[in-house]
Amino acid sequence: MTDQTSNTGAVRPATSAAPKAKSAGFLGLTGKDASLVVLVAVLTLLAPFILNPFPEGSAMAQFNAGYPDLMQRFVIFGIFAIGFNILFGLTGYLSFGHAAFLGVGSYAGIWSMKLLTLNVIPSIIVSVAVAGLFSLLVGWISLRRSGIYFSILTLAFAMMSFALAYSVLTPITGGETGLQLKYFDPRILDGALAQGETPRANLFGLEMGASYEMQVGAWLFTFNAGYYIAAIAMLVAFYLSIRIFRSPFGMMLRAVKSNQNRLNYTGISPKPYTLAAFVISGMYAGLAGGLLVAMDTQVGAERMFWTASGEVVLMTILGGAGTLIGPVLGAGFIKYMENIVSTINKTTLEGWFAFAPDWLTDVLVTIVYPFVGKGWHLTLGILFMAVVIFLPGGLVQGGQKLASMFRRKKGDDAAASQSQPGE
Amino acid sequence: MGILEVKNVGKRFGGLQALGNVNLSVAEGTVHAIIGPNGAGKSTLLNCLVGKLIPDTGSVSFEGQSVLGRKPHEINQMGISRVFQTPEIFGDLTVMENMMIPCLAKRDGAFALHGYKSLLGDAEIVDRAEHMLEDMNMADKRHMHAASMSRGDKRRLEIGMCLAQEPRLLLLDEPTAGMARADTNNTIELLQQIKESRPITIAIIEHDMHVVFSLSERITVLAQGTPLVEDTPDNIKGHPKVREAYLGESSGH
Repeated sequence: MTDQTSNTGAVRPATSAAPKAKSAGFLGLTGKDASLVVLVAVLTLLAPFILNPFPEGSAMAQFNAGYPDLMQRFVIFGIFAIGFNILFGLTGYLSFGHAAFLGVGSYAGIWSMKLLTLNVIPSIIVSVAVAGLFSLLVGWISLRRSGIYFSILTLAFAMMSFALAYSVLTPITGGETGLQLKYFDPRILDGALAQGETPRANLFGLEMGASYEMQVGAWLFTFNAGYYIAAIAMLVAFYLSIRIFRSPFGMMLRAVKSNQNRLNYTGISPKPYTLAAFVISGMYAGLAGGLLVAMDTQVGAERMFWTASGEVVLMTILGGAGTLIGPVLGAGFIKYMENIVSTINKTTLEGWFAFAPDWLTDVLVTIVYPFVGKGWHLTLGILFMAVVIFLPGGLVQGGQKLASMFRRKKGDDAAASQSQPGE
Repeated sequence: MGILEVKNVGKRFGGLQALGNVNLSVAEGTVHAIIGPNGAGKSTLLNCLVGKLIPDTGSVSFEGQSVLGRKPHEINQMGISRVFQTPEIFGDLTVMENMMIPCLAKRDGAFALHGYKSLLGDAEIVDRAEHMLEDMNMADKRHMHAASMSRGDKRRLEIGMCLAQEPRLLLLDEPTAGMARADTNNTIELLQQIKESRPITIAIIEHDMHVVFSLSERITVLAQGTPLVEDTPDNIKGHPKVREAYLGESSGH
C-alpha cells in the first residue's frame, strides 16, 4: 500500500545517507518526525485561533469550530483513532469493536470520580488501566482468528458489552439513563459536597469547564482548560505512537501484516505482538473514554454501540490507515462534519441562496438540503467512497499528491518523484 | 550421529500413506539432497521437520533434541531455517527492513516489547543487516520494495534472511522452482559460496538434477513415502533402483 511507503519515507534517506545508525535527534525522533510533532503541537495549541477564522455574528460564523466542546472532541477522538491505527494500520487486524474499550474506559473513569475523587488524573489512569485489562481479555480470545473472523469476534464482544451495559449491568452502568455525577457520591478522597452542589471534574482545583475568553475586534477566542488537558494528552499519545511506529516492535507489527508465515519461520511468534498491539490500542481507547468523562462527567451505553466502533474505522481509513497523522485528520474531519455540517438547516440555506430569484432559491435549497443538517451522513458517505476509490491512502495521500503536483509545477521533478516511491 | 536424525517417521493423510517409516540422518556440515518423483513425500517430510505437520509415528531430533510438538517459531529458534518453494519474504517492506527482522529475531528471540526504542538508532541491528545485504550482494537494492524484485532476487533475499539468523541447519524446498536458467545458476553459485564460507548444514529438496548434482554430497532418494537408497551423487547416478524409480522415468520417456 502506498501509505506504507509514506511511513518509510523518513527511513529511506536515513539509511541511504549513512549506513551507520542514526543518533537520536529531538526527543529520540529523526528530523521529519520531529518536525511533524512540532507542527502538530503548534496547530493543537493554537487551535482556538485557527478554528475560529470568522468573526462573531458574521454569516460564516457557523463554520467556526473553535468552541471548547468541539475542540475537545477533535483531540479526544484523535486519540481514539491514533490508538486504533496502531492496531489496524500496522498489523492490518480490523477491529470492529473498539468503542467497547472507549465505553469501558468511560465507565471506569466515572466510577473513579464517584468513589475516589473529582480529580481527572486518577480517573484517567483508572480508565486506561481498566480498558487495558478488558482489551487483554477480548484480544486474547479474538486474536485466535484473523481476517473477517477476527472482525466479527470483536464486533460480537462490543455488542455484548453494549447489551450488558444497557440492561443487566444497570447497577454498574446506569442502564438506559447512564451515569452522572451526584453531590451525594461517596468520593472518599474529596470532602463531601453540600446538598445541591454540582460536582465538577477538576485537575487539582482547575475545573475542566474553566475558560478564558479573548475578544479581538469582532473575533472571540475561547481558551478552555479541559481542551488543553485533552490536547496535551493527545500530543503525548501522538508522540508515543510515532515512537511505536519507528521501533523494532512497530517493525514486527508491519511484518505481521506483510507475511505471518515468514515471521513464524523467522523464529518470531506473531500472537504476542498482535495482542500487545491490541492492548495498546485498547488503552488508547480507554484514555479517550476517560477524557470524554473528564469533559462532560456523564456516560451512556450508546457510546459502545457498533456505529461508534464503525466511526473510528472510518476516521482511520479516511485520514489514511498506517500513516502517522492520518487518523487525527480523519477524526477531526468527521467530528467537524458531525457538528458543523449537521447544524445547517433550511433557513441557513435560504439565507445563502437569497441572491437568486425565488424559484431558483427553492430549487437550490431542495438540491442541497438532503446533504446537510440531518443528512450530513450522506455527504460523509459520498466523501468516504470518493476517498476510498480515488485516494486509498486517505487524506494524507491526497496531501502528498497535492504537494508533489505543486513541486512539479515549480519544475523540481526529481524531488517530486522521490516523494512518491514506486509501488 | 547426524545433526538431524529422522527415525521411523510415518505420516498418513486419510487413506494415503504419505510417509512410511522414513529414516534419515543428515551429517553435520554436509549438503544433503532429498530427491524423488512427484508424490514421493518430500514436502511432507520437510513439513514434519519444521513443525508444520506432526508425524503420526517416529521421532525427529535436531542436535539431540526432539523437535516434535514444538511450534514453527520455536523450531526456528533452535537453529533450523527454511527457504520456501515460493519465496516467502515481507513484500510490503523494503529489502533493508526485511533483513532487519531476522537480525532482531536472532538477538531478541520470539518476542520483545521494544516499543520505545528507535529501530534505526539500533546500531547493532542496522550494521548487521547492512553487512548481510553486502554479503548477499544486495546492498544497492536496500530501499527497494521486496515485492517488486525479480524471482531470483527474492530468493537471494530469502536465503540471506535465513542466514542472518546463523542457523545450523538450512532447509531448502525446491529453491530454483519456477526460475529462469540464469537465476537458477545464480542460486546454485550462491549456495556453493554459502557452503564454502560457513559452517552450515544444508538439506535440500530439489527436482532439478543439475542443481542436485552440483551441490550435494549425499543424496537420499524417496519413492512412495520410503527412502529407496542413500548414497553419494556418483553412486546415485548409476544406481539401477534409482534409474528405475526416478531417473529412468524421466530419461526413458
